[in-house]
Amino acid sequence: MLSRVANSLYWMARYIERAENIARIVDVNLQLLLDIRHLDERRLIAYWLPIVQATGDEQEFFKLHPQATGHAVTEFLVFQMENPNSLVQSICQARENARMVRDQITLELWEELNRLYLFVRSPQARDSWRRSPSDFFHEIKASSLHIVGIINATLLHNQGWWFVQTGQFLERADKTTRILDVRYESLPDRGVPDRISSEDALEWSAVLRSCSAWDAYKSSHGADIHPRQVAEFLLLSDDFPRSVRFCVNELNRALRRISGVSEGHFTNTAEKLTGRFLAELQFSTIDEIFEQGLHRYLDEAQAKLNNIGNELFQAYISQPFEAATGEHMVQQEEQQQQ
Amino acid sequence: MLQKYEVNSGFDEMLDPRTGVRGHYQKFHNLFRHVSPVEYDAKRQSVDTAFLRQGITFNVYGDAMGAEKIFPFDLIPRIIPSREWEHLERGLQQRIAALNLFLHDIYHEQRILKDGVIPEFYVLSARHFRREFVNFEVPRGIYIHICGTDLIRDKDGNYLVLEDNGRCPSGVSYVLENRRAMKRAFPGMFEAIGVRPVENYPQELLKTLRHIAPVGVADPTVVLLTPGVYNSAYFEHTYLARHMGIEIVEGRDLFVRDSRVYMRTTKGPQPVHVIYRRVDDDFIDPTVFRRDSLLGVPGLVHAYRAGNVSLANSIGTGIADDKVMYYFVPRMIKYYLDQEPIIPNVPTYLASEAADLKYSLEHLPELVVKAANESGGYGMLMGPKATREEIEIFREKIIADPRNYIAQPMIFLSQHPTYCDGTFEGRHVDLRPFILSGEHTTIIPGGLTRVALRKGSLVVNSSQGGGSKDTWVLYGDD
Repeated sequence: MLSRVANSLYWMARYIERAENIARIVDVNLQLLLDIRHLDERRLIAYWLPIVQATGDEQEFFKLHPQATGHAVTEFLVFQMENPNSLVQSICQARENARMVRDQITLELWEELNRLYLFVRSPQARDSWRRSPSDFFHEIKASSLHIVGIINATLLHNQGWWFVQTGQFLERADKTTRILDVRYESLPDRGVPDRISSEDALEWSAVLRSCSAWDAYKSSHGADIHPRQVAEFLLLSDDFPRSVRFCVNELNRALRRISGVSEGHFTNTAEKLTGRFLAELQFSTIDEIFEQGLHRYLDEAQAKLNNIGNELFQAYISQPFEAATGEHMVQQEEQQQQ
Repeated sequence: MLQKYEVNSGFDEMLDPRTGVRGHYQKFHNLFRHVSPVEYDAKRQSVDTAFLRQGITFNVYGDAMGAEKIFPFDLIPRIIPSREWEHLERGLQQRIAALNLFLHDIYHEQRILKDGVIPEFYVLSARHFRREFVNFEVPRGIYIHICGTDLIRDKDGNYLVLEDNGRCPSGVSYVLENRRAMKRAFPGMFEAIGVRPVENYPQELLKTLRHIAPVGVADPTVVLLTPGVYNSAYFEHTYLARHMGIEIVEGRDLFVRDSRVYMRTTKGPQPVHVIYRRVDDDFIDPTVFRRDSLLGVPGLVHAYRAGNVSLANSIGTGIADDKVMYYFVPRMIKYYLDQEPIIPNVPTYLASEAADLKYSLEHLPELVVKAANESGGYGMLMGPKATREEIEIFREKIIADPRNYIAQPMIFLSQHPTYCDGTFEGRHVDLRPFILSGEHTTIIPGGLTRVALRKGSLVVNSSQGGGSKDTWVLYGDD
C-alpha cells in the first residue's frame, strides 16, 4: 500500500472520530447547563473554559476570542474555520483525505462522508444548529456512526483498513483522556475525593455522556456517580469500546496486523510503545492512578499517545504528505485540460 | 414533452424539418412520450443529487476556493445509428493510424519533411516537439495510446474533425457515469431500443497499458499518475484507477533508483512498470523539463529512456495535436496510408502562410481564431460574436506570432433537443470519441457528447457553460 494512501486513511479516520467527539462534548455540556442553577457570567466561563483547555487548543482559542463565553466556545469548537480542529474543519479534513484516496474506499463510504461534508458546509447546517443544537449534533453523531459502520461492513479488511483502525482508536483514546480531564479542578491534586456534591455528580455524569458511556456505566455500576468509578470505567474497563484500555488494545492489535509481528515482540517503536502502554493499563489500579494524580496521569497518557502517532509515522509513512498549497496547487490545476 | 420541440436553425440531430423525427430517434421518441413533466423533473433532480453526492465534479480552472461543480447533465440522449457509427469508426481508425505513423516518422527519419509534404519549419518550431526524443524507440512503436478526437457536424449533417487531443484527453469517466445515470433514470429503454454498452472501457484501457509493458515483464505493475486533487480531472483519475484496479499515484509517491521507478509503500519500495500519466510533458521530470515542477518524478525520463518504464501517452505527442499540425492531417493520411480522409477536417487557414494570413486578417469578424497550443476553449476568438476591441486584440496577436494561430470559418454545430427551464430547445453539441491504440485499435461506441447549454453558444467546454449527454450507439439503424 502506498505510504501516502496509508497516511490519508489514517487521518480520515482520526478526523471522523474527532468530529464525533466534539459533537458529543458540546451537545452534552449544552444540555447539562439546563440543569445548573444560579448561573452567572463568571460561573459560565468557569464552566466552558475547561472544555476548551481539554481540547488542547486554548492558545488558538484566545487568539480568536477574548473570553470563554458559551457562544464563543461553541462557535470555536463547532463552526470556526480558523480552528483547525473544529467540528466542521474536521469533517472537511476527513473528506479531503478521503478524496485523496477515493480509489481505495468504497462508493458507500465516499457518498456518506461527502453527504456529511455537503451538509456541514451548507446554510442548512447553521439553521439546524440555531433551531435545535441537539438535532444538529444528532445528525453529526448518527452520520459518524454510519460511516464507521460502512467502514467495517464495506471496506476490505486489508492493510488499509487496519490503518483506519489505528487512526480511529488513537484518536478515540486521546479524546477520552481529554474528556475525563475536563473536571480535574474539582479533584484534589492526589488521592480520591471522599464525597462529592450533587452538582459535581451532574458534571461527572456529563463526562460519561460525552463518551457515550452513560448506559454502559449504569449497567455495571448502577446510578451511583463517583469520580473514582467514572475514571476507572473510562480508563481501565476492558470491554467498554471507548475506554483508553480498550482503544489501546485495539491499537495494539491493528499495529500487529499491519506488521505481522506476534504478541510479545516488536519490530518498530510504535509497537513497542503501544505494547508497553497497554501492559501498564492492564496492570494498574485506579487507586494508584489517583495516588499520582489523575490530571498528571492523563497528561502523560496524552504524551504517550502522541509519541505512538509520531512513531507510526516514522515506521510507515516516513515523509510528510501535506495537502498541496500555493505553487503546488497552481501546478496541479494548470495541467493542460484537453 | 418533446412534441412541442422545434428546429430553429441548422442541422438538428433528432428532427428532419421535412419528415419529422429521424428513424433512429423514433423508438426513444415513442417511449419518452410516456414520461410526464413531473416525472422528468424528479429524474433530473435525482441524477443531479446523485452526481453531487458521488463527487462527480470538476474544479473550476483558476478558482482559488477549489470549489467543485457538477458537470451539468442533460437526460435526452444523443443517438447514433449503426451505419453512421461504423463510418465514424473507420474514419477515426484511419486518423489515429496516420497520427501514430506521423509521430514515429518525425521522431525518426522525418521522411514527410524531407519529401516536402509538410514544411519542416512547422514541426521543428512546434512548442511540443521534443527534440530529446528523436531516434528514441517508444515501446511497441505506439505514441498516442489514448486519443480523444472532437467531431462536429455541419449544416448538412456531415461529420468533420474539429481537433485531435493526443496528450491527456479527459472526459471518458463522464461517458461511463452518464450511462450509469441513464440506466437508473430510464431502465426500460435500453433493451427496447438496443443500445451498445460502453462499460468495458476500463478493461480495454488496462489492456492497452499492459500491452506496452517493458520487455521481459510478464505481470507489469501499472499506475495512474495524477497531478493531484486540485486538478479539474481528479475525479476521472480516481475513477479510472479504481475501475482498472490500479494504484493512483502522485509524483511524490514515486522515485527513481538505478534507472528504475519505484513507489513508496508501507512495505518499502515496489517497482512500477507502466505509468498512465495525466501530467503534462513539461512537468513530468524536473531534471529534464521544467525545473520548478512539483508534480514530476526526478529521473523518470532517464528510466523511460532506459526502457525500464513505459509511459502512456508517450512524451512528445503534443506535436500531433498542435492546431497547425491539424491542418496537415489529411496530407498525413494520404502520405502514410495512401487514402483519402474518411472524416474531413474543417477548412482551415494558417496564419503563417501569406495568402491565408491576408485572408484571415481581412475576414476576422467571420472567422474563429485559435491559438495552436491551447485547449479547453481558452485562447480563442469567435469572430461573429466578438466585439471590435476583441477582434483588434487578436489581430495584433496574430501579426506578432503567426505560427501560433489558425483560423476557421464559423461552423454551426448540429443541435440537439435539450432541457431548458421546463421546455426542450435546440442546443449545439459535439462528440468526443475515445480511441485506444494497443494491440488493436479500440473505440468504445459513442463517446462524450458535450452540449453548449447557453442559447446560441457554440462553446461546449465544461469550464465555459457546457454540459454533457449520454451517447447511444444503436445496434441497428432505427
